Amino acid sequence: MTESHCILALLDDEPGVLDRVAALCRRRAFNIQSLTVSPASEPGASRMTLVVEATEIGARRVVAHLEKLVNVQSVDLLQSGDLARDLCLARVACGPAARPAVLQLAEVFRARVVDLAADSLVLECTGNRTKVDRFIEVLRPYGLLDLGRSGAVAMARNSEPLALGIPA
Amino acid sequence: MPELTGAQILWECLAREGVDTVFGYPGGAILPAYDALVDAPIHHVLVRHEQGACHMADGYARASGRVGVVVATSGPGATNLVTGLATAMLDSTPLVAITGQVGSGLLGTDAFQEVDVTGVTLPITKHNYLVTRAEDLAGVLREAFAVARGGRPGPVLVDITKDAQQARAAFDWDAAAPKRQHRRPTPQASIADLDQALAMLAQAERPVILAGHGITLGGARDVVQRFAESQDIPYACTLLGLGALPATHELALGMMGMHGEAWVNQAIQEADLLLALGMRFDDRVTGKLSSYAPKAKKIHVDIDRSEFNKNVSVDLAIHGDVQSVVEGLLAQATPRERPDWRARLRALRGDASVRDIQSLPDHGVLYAAHVIHDLWRLCPEATVVTDVGQHQMWEAQYWRHEGERSLITSGGLGTMGFALPAALGAQKARPDQEVWVVAGDGGFQMTSCELMTAVQEGLPLRIAVINNGFLGMVRQWQEFFYERRYAASPIQSPDFVKLAEAYGLTAFRVDSRGQIAEAVAKARAVTGPSLIEFRVQQEDSVFPMVPAGAALDEMIRRPAPSVLAETGADTA
Ligand SMILES: Cc1ncc(C[n+]2csc(CCOP(=O)(O)OP(=O)(O)O)c2C)c(N)n1
Repeated sequence: MTESHCILALLDDEPGVLDRVAALCRRRAFNIQSLTVSPASEPGASRMTLVVEATEIGARRVVAHLEKLVNVQSVDLLQSGDLARDLCLARVACGPAARPAVLQLAEVFRARVVDLAADSLVLECTGNRTKVDRFIEVLRPYGLLDLGRSGAVAMARNSEPLALGIPA
Repeated sequence: MPELTGAQILWECLAREGVDTVFGYPGGAILPAYDALVDAPIHHVLVRHEQGACHMADGYARASGRVGVVVATSGPGATNLVTGLATAMLDSTPLVAITGQVGSGLLGTDAFQEVDVTGVTLPITKHNYLVTRAEDLAGVLREAFAVARGGRPGPVLVDITKDAQQARAAFDWDAAAPKRQHRRPTPQASIADLDQALAMLAQAERPVILAGHGITLGGARDVVQRFAESQDIPYACTLLGLGALPATHELALGMMGMHGEAWVNQAIQEADLLLALGMRFDDRVTGKLSSYAPKAKKIHVDIDRSEFNKNVSVDLAIHGDVQSVVEGLLAQATPRERPDWRARLRALRGDASVRDIQSLPDHGVLYAAHVIHDLWRLCPEATVVTDVGQHQMWEAQYWRHEGERSLITSGGLGTMGFALPAALGAQKARPDQEVWVVAGDGGFQMTSCELMTAVQEGLPLRIAVINNGFLGMVRQWQEFFYERRYAASPIQSPDFVKLAEAYGLTAFRVDSRGQIAEAVAKARAVTGPSLIEFRVQQEDSVFPMVPAGAALDEMIRRPAPSVLAETGADTA
């Protein structure tokens, strides 16, 4: 059975690293749902969250392949209880009449209004993927004019530092 | 701290890495490096095509276990390496490729002979680097060698801009020591894994060891042989595993897979335990996956855990180098014997041998299998480098490889044109060893320009061209699966004897079995390289054959001979 698996990796911050990860996933036909990279807290490192649609064994193979890349410092397969957050910005068509209803929905999802125009507004929402998916679904009937999502940024719940390899 | 040019640093690092020979071809973007080569203690073999250089470095590495080095210029020089790098990648050969690149200021401008070489070679190297500053060179080169050798070996490419070769930088060998190696400590099998493997072994009645290239790469030959003996477990070899364990040992079954002997594949299908050591369940080995070894529990030992559960789901995967894992098993396993299983295998083998071409009278026809068999009888100690096709499979079937690294062949990529250059590299690595090329008339013509390289280097290569007038393996597939529609498989050849003579070799032609011994004796007596053209039966096929996608025991067998061997042909 395939499902989403979240993989966290620390990469050397040097040119071409992302190429290698992307080429690896393409070459091995791993199905990427999202990929985010940003500077890590350690100098010289980038932190990558990769979400793949795969079986459990498939996800472990992604980790095993990532481990082989020279500029991957460490890699970890997150468990379902770990933290993963997605950010989305949604511009919703909504004039004065619809506004109260939309704002009420925003409240339910703890979304914030970050831009307001006469006939639309932009909402910012963070949460796990399911929450953000649902948020988008409830807004859709009002008319989504634009939508941006970050892809997941994740962190293990335990305080262990990121270690090489899959936990046994 | 001495200041050196990037070019000088390059050769200094190579020399310190133990490199005595490189294979290459010069050009504009690598000229500074070639200029500095004049003063370096390294021999450069000038090839006739960069693909040849890459195969030579590959053959050098496979024959010696050392890292092979190839050098090429930017653009077309570097792209000519692609086939060779992919060949080395698929067969886990430790290789370092050095390519020149346009000046760093020109990168990205489509400058003359600029190609994004690190981009092109990304999926076919273990790792690659673009170096634009002389001061980075030593660190990169040291890491490149460590990566090429480490874990599961592979090719590494270092692309060096022209200005980085020309610029000066302080050279500090110690400070350039690889810093990222600690991230990949050698994996150690856990006690729990070893215990589970031992328990599975203890229960098994019909185990088979699947011996792969990893045994040779991991230096595990002795311990695996002792383990097989102590547990009385027969072993089957992959193509690249031939020679990893001795072929004439009583536990040796032979090669498995598409052209494996019938009894070997049958043994795998009947086995109740497979112990896979340093092999990767390639599709040429497994046949149809859903019916592969259906009765067997499977234990997979490999240094590369991305191989686990890739093609075949296994019951136990042990991440580690074969040597230490098998040492761990051997230390605890109680010796045992398996007379019933061994008797069953003897029966399977006896049944197959009547169909063996060795039992066929030759009726004056020259069979390639007879040529290979006789060559082996005459030169049992030789290292053989094959090309790709029918002759490669006959070699695997009929040449009994006792010693490690005695067979060098392109397995994973199946690269035609590999044999001659790879043999040149092997001969360079082991000058005192007798090295034979066994190639088909098709593949030989792909890289035959390297004959001149062998002459220029004065190498005593022995070359057997198995000429069947066809791209034989293609013809065989057309015969079996395409109703004998021989599209583009009949191939003409030059007069190989004259061709060889034009290059300065001594050459012979053989068209009947009776001439083989004399021709071989004459060829071996030549000081430089020599060649024998064997004109063999044209439409012969390699048997048995598991058609692609069929189960391992659904083999096409050689039609049973109506008249059995009365020739006294040697069936050993
Ligand atoms: C570079 C390359 N091109 C094409 C093939 C496909 N191929 C595999 S075997 C073969 C025929 C080889 O013919 P020959 O060299 O005459 O050897 P034979 O099979 O007759 O022994 C071909 C074309 C290949 N393996 N490599």
